[in-house]
Amino acid sequence: MNGVHDLGGMEGLGAVDPPAQEPVFYNDWERRTFAMFIPFVLSGANLDMFRHGIERLHPVQYLTGRYYEHWLHTFESNLVAKGVISEEELEQRTQHYLEHPDEAMPDGGDADQAEHYLKIYEAGASTRRETSNETPAFGVGDRVRVKNIHPSGHTRCARYVRGKEGVVTEVYDAFVFPDTNSKEQGEDPARVYNVEFDSTELWGSGNAERHKVLFDLWEPYLEAA
Amino acid sequence: MTTTESGSPAPVSGTFPVTDEEIAARVKALESLLIDKGVTSELAVDKIAEMYEREVGPHLGAAVVARAWTDPEFKQRLLDDATEACREMGIGGMQGEDMVVIENTGDVHNAIVCTLCSCYPWPTLGLPPNWYKAPAYRARMVKEPRTVLREEFGVDLPEQTEIRIWDTSAEVRYWVLPQRPPGTEDMTEEQLRELVSRDSMIGVGLVAAPA
Repeated sequence: MNGVHDLGGMEGLGAVDPPAQEPVFYNDWERRTFAMFIPFVLSGANLDMFRHGIERLHPVQYLTGRYYEHWLHTFESNLVAKGVISEEELEQRTQHYLEHPDEAMPDGGDADQAEHYLKIYEAGASTRRETSNETPAFGVGDRVRVKNIHPSGHTRCARYVRGKEGVVTEVYDAFVFPDTNSKEQGEDPARVYNVEFDSTELWGSGNAERHKVLFDLWEPYLEAA
Repeated sequence: MTTTESGSPAPVSGTFPVTDEEIAARVKALESLLIDKGVTSELAVDKIAEMYEREVGPHLGAAVVARAWTDPEFKQRLLDDATEACREMGIGGMQGEDMVVIENTGDVHNAIVCTLCSCYPWPTLGLPPNWYKAPAYRARMVKEPRTVLREEFGVDLPEQTEIRIWDTSAEVRYWVLPQRPPGTEDMTEEQLRELVSRDSMIGVGLVAAPA
């Protein structure tokens, strides 16, 4: 979707202003939210649904909300949509914890479950898939053009590269295709290519700076130039 | 989820920002529901959070860099297959399943960004800093990286240095092998680790020679 999350090249968003130091989590709710990812996936969701849930935040909330607020929103909206939880019970419990902010969490889970989750973080969960014997459509050095497409759902084809031409620098294996996986329409693995774009192609010859941008693109996003 | 006829989402209504108290209560509400479903616990929350607070962080990437600086064969393996080379050192996991390391040289300066969200190589750099996830860096780094590096990070690169910005748009996780600073020839691998900053592996910092 052509959403506010697709930020490449936008202006007027202020300074980066990196602090010298900051904690991994600023407070208790951030660390709790971070730790919900595996339970979220085990409830039947996936990484692309997670990302699309964030993209569907109201643009004002997207730009002004704290990072883990985004996570909370996508957990809530996806789990409600899947029927894992209901909005009513979530609202009821929220009200309860607003009135009893220091109340302990219910007992649950066990040590084996916690260890199992840690092992998932340690092992990872690659979205790379077997590529069968299909010949890649493009090779290193080929000139390609990003299709001028505007899918209304989740896509990793950013606006600032659409319609632009670049050169393939790397041919990767197939990876789960976000556009279908985010809709639970299948993994449809497709090859990923690293494509080098000249800044003049992306931003015009009037851009004050010259550099290269390297961008990974799934095969369905590309056509021969 | 309400959608319009074209399939795009209808605007949500609401007032922003949400207070910390409200968010904290919503997080507890959701967590308690997931506990009831048997898919998490306080113990799991603590263990997972502590893993990224205490164990996984940029000191791991720094150890990989220091080894690459002192062991040419390891460096070649790292540039050929970063995931495998890191695994030799027991480093790997979520958001680093398919890593690629890119080398900074005297002629080329690389840096990473994720314009669409916040993708970042967790196993070697830890969880990303907030500025990496915030709009300004993501918006500007692909259009005016030289200015961002100079004004925001104090990295003033020579005009002839080629800047290459890696927008992490798919599932490959890129990170930077910074240049080894001059004057460190006599330092050990352990000493070199201490020099390597998180920012130098993102590509928004340089490794400074020891004072």
